[in-house]
Amino acid sequence: MRAYKVYAIKDGTVIDHIPSGKGLEVINLLGIANDQDTVTLGMHFNSKRNKKKDVVKVEKRELTPEEVNRLAIVAPTATINIIRDFKVAKKIPIRIPNEINGIIKCGNPNCVTNHDPIVVTKFQLASEKPIKLYCFFCERTFDLDEITLS
Amino acid sequence: MTNINFKNRDVISIRDFSKQEILHILDRAKKFKAKPNPKLLEGKIMASLFFEPSTRTRFSFESAMQRLGGSVITLADAKTSSSAKGESLSDSIRIVEKYCDAIVMRHSLEGAARLAAEVSNNPVLNGGDGANQHPTQTFLDLFSILETQKKLSRLNVALVGDLKYGRTVHSLAYALSLFNCRLYFISPESLKMPGHVIDEIKENKANFSEHTQPERIMPKLDIFYATRIQKERFADLVEYEKVKDVYIINNALLKNVKKNFRILHPLPRVNEINYEVDDTPYAYYFQQASNGLWVREALLALTLGK
Repeated sequence: MRAYKVYAIKDGTVIDHIPSGKGLEVINLLGIANDQDTVTLGMHFNSKRNKKKDVVKVEKRELTPEEVNRLAIVAPTATINIIRDFKVAKKIPIRIPNEINGIIKCGNPNCVTNHDPIVVTKFQLASEKPIKLYCFFCERTFDLDEITLS
Repeated sequence: MTNINFKNRDVISIRDFSKQEILHILDRAKKFKAKPNPKLLEGKIMASLFFEPSTRTRFSFESAMQRLGGSVITLADAKTSSSAKGESLSDSIRIVEKYCDAIVMRHSLEGAARLAAEVSNNPVLNGGDGANQHPTQTFLDLFSILETQKKLSRLNVALVGDLKYGRTVHSLAYALSLFNCRLYFISPESLKMPGHVIDEIKENKANFSEHTQPERIMPKLDIFYATRIQKERFADLVEYEKVKDVYIINNALLKNVKKNFRILHPLPRVNEINYEVDDTPYAYYFQQASNGLWVREALLALTLGK
């Protein structure tokens, strides 16, 4: 019998195959830490695909495709399952949006967005495989590992 | 080409301009050079916001505005302005734009002019943002190349010196790649053209090669674009000493050059060009600097709808 480390949810969203250690960032990115929905975080689970993975389960809430796409920045390998009555009702693929506003910080310390308190960062997708993002302000292009959440 | 409308357009990065638009701006600058200073901008005010020091860019912008009949309000000293009191750039621009019709600015932060353009309803002209862009320099470089070679396409152009930190060479390499020029990047190993610039010009299918010595390439060249090795960019001055005088142009180097060959330099020069070269027909850097006036007149007139 399979021992459930995280119990199954009746309705909501399961975000599986999050890169190990990135589960908290996923929660922060989705802004669900302050909601009243029950959120379960599992970290460093064994995974056939990536050796280790994190899992986040959000009860009674179905993520929208826009929310899912934001995850591409911290968890491009994640899979998103919408759960209805304990069953997977829908799988939503992650697709990185062509434009990302506000949720990430420019990797260039001399970029104006890292100094002006008002400006909202704006990135354009320069390449999908591998993911490269172009800062609308300082005009530099960054790999995903050079970018952090704001 | 006649349908191009520049009214209220920002001039932030050379990447924002198509080949046709670049040619249109250069054509307008040529007309200003032929018939200088029509009073097109009477009653218009340009705010000159140089948060970072500048001599040529600032003077030529201010002179261009005044020669076209407009006037200039200026930030006398960034140290005494509101930004020194902690005001955000966005707020400063929101205030200044109410007092003027166009904003010219230089700032040490990359993307500062783009941010100003986002905030301001008036056209913003970038006079340099950190190590990023200096588009009006690129326009005057292109103008000078066109003026000396009578064309911009398929020229053999060497960009020489500090290709790593020099923003003028980044923008110029990009612009020349639009015109199918053959580019030669000549620099010490430690100051090579950055990968992101190489990637961009590859996208434009540019033909280029990298070198450490100019001698063998000289007979092929139409344009030799020299740059200063910038001491202020080096954390380790020993490294600066190693490369500072690595390329000095003298008359001996010019022995086998083509007749139409010209030397350009964004100035100021330090040791890169020997003074003896000034008297050769190949020296064009002072005319190049003076072309900044016509190009900036063209940009001010066009963005202000004239």
